[in-house]
Amino acid sequence: MGLTLQSFPAVAEAGAALTAADSRYLGGGTLAVRATNEGDVSFSTLVRVTDPTLGEISVNGSQAHIGASVTMSAITRHPDLAAIAPAARAVGGPAVRNMATVGGNLFAPAPYGDFAVALLALDATVHFSDGTQPIEAFLAIREMLPRGRIVTAVSFTLPPPGTFRFRKVSRVKPKGVSVLTIAAVIGEKDGAISSARIALGCLADRPMRAKAAERALAGKPRTSQGIADALKVSGDGTSPITDAIASGWYRAEVLPVHLKRLLLE
Amino acid sequence: MAKVPVQLTLNGTERAEFIDGGLTLLNALRDRFGDTSPKGGCHQGTCGACSVIVDGDLKLSCLTLAETCNGAHVETTAGLAADGIQHPLQRAFLDGFAAQCGFCTPGMIMAAKALLARVPNPSRDDVVEAISGNICRCTGYEPIIQAILSAARSNSQNAA
Ligand SMILES: Cc1cc2nc3c(=O)[nH]c(=O)nc-3n(C[C@H](O)[C@H](O)[C@H](O)COP(=O)(O)OP(=O)(O)OC[C@H]3O[C@@H](n4cnc5c(N)ncnc54)[C@H](O)[C@@H]3O)c2cc1C
Ligand code: FES
Ligand code: FES
Repeated sequence: MGLTLQSFPAVAEAGAALTAADSRYLGGGTLAVRATNEGDVSFSTLVRVTDPTLGEISVNGSQAHIGASVTMSAITRHPDLAAIAPAARAVGGPAVRNMATVGGNLFAPAPYGDFAVALLALDATVHFSDGTQPIEAFLAIREMLPRGRIVTAVSFTLPPPGTFRFRKVSRVKPKGVSVLTIAAVIGEKDGAISSARIALGCLADRPMRAKAAERALAGKPRTSQGIADALKVSGDGTSPITDAIASGWYRAEVLPVHLKRLLLE
Repeated sequence: MAKVPVQLTLNGTERAEFIDGGLTLLNALRDRFGDTSPKGGCHQGTCGACSVIVDGDLKLSCLTLAETCNGAHVETTAGLAADGIQHPLQRAFLDGFAAQCGFCTPGMIMAAKALLARVPNPSRDDVVEAISGNICRCTGYEPIIQAILSAARSNSQNAA
């Protein structure tokens, strides 16, 4: 079956074209074009937006705004985004990073979505042309968005220096698909953890928060002893995926090990 | 099905072809533009044999729709030799036995070219990172890494 590409200069026109049942939005295409190469005939039209503002990054003070078409490479090169660059660098190899967009990463099913894990830890806001949604709510309903709804950008507050932590565990180095991915923003005051937001990848079909572990860290010192209770409950509510990289059982077993390393490093 | 026009600059030459809608850049290059230097290994983004440079950036041509390259500059290994003289990367790959079956070679060379354009004197780690999206089932990678480092050295000697 043939595939048609429709390009529109503006989001609104593309949104209208996407109301057709056999259409799908095209970001960098690393998942969408791969799907067509693999014989996915559930869509026959790809719709893209050429509006250059979707490819822009702006950082004002501590506020970062990243357009949906911004690639992982662009994030790794941006001088004001150095703190979160490791999360963008964790996505694929160099060619994939030159293509993979932020918008597409928000929709990538596990084991993909490494950058979305970071955005969840950062409590990002997802922007559409007609509104916004907190990332946690967005991730829960991402397959159920009304047809034609296009993510235009994400925004978040840059984490204070030294508070953002990121770890992607993979078997192949330096590039490999995730066994699990953890991102955390850990605030400390007077020798104790004052705020904790932890996001996990591959511990469910989409990025999720480790809320029990977050609660267990509150007020504790960031030491082996201080984090012990958090590690015990780190798997609460998870349903890790099983794939060619690792079984769900394995992912659950190694989560506390890697969370410990991430918190103590 | 209706054909769509694609106009691009391929290795410095302006070219135009009518292609089937939704054709990947890989298939367009090989079947319409007659440049078979990029190879189709997996069509899934995992092997890197199809790597080409589009407007200065390394891209996987198997996951790029040709129509999105309208007006772009596309570089492939077929355009590297100038007046019958091999590009330093080609020379280094030959001299260092960095190609065995040769299937991965065009992708490796384009990944290396994209690296050297950005980082003329790369470290070994830079090279390993730059070819991390390219799979080679023959060489064990070491000759490829050495060839890229050696091409970088000969480039910087020529520049000096
Ligand atoms: C070899 C290879 C290795 C990879 N490795 C990794 C990895 O290590 N980590 C990782 O996280 N991912 C990885 N990926 C997956 C993928 O490259 C990334 O998740 C990427 O960010 C997806 O973005 P894209 O722009 O290519 O998405 P596309 O393929 O363009 O789109 C993906 C889906 O999202 C929808 N979509 C995209 N943008 C929008 C938008 N703005 N609004 C509404 N819907 C949208 C599309 O309709 C489609 O359904 C890999 C892929 C390949 C091929
Ligand atoms: S053919 Fe494109 S990556 Fe394998
Ligand atoms: S030389 Fe055969 S795959 Fe690399």
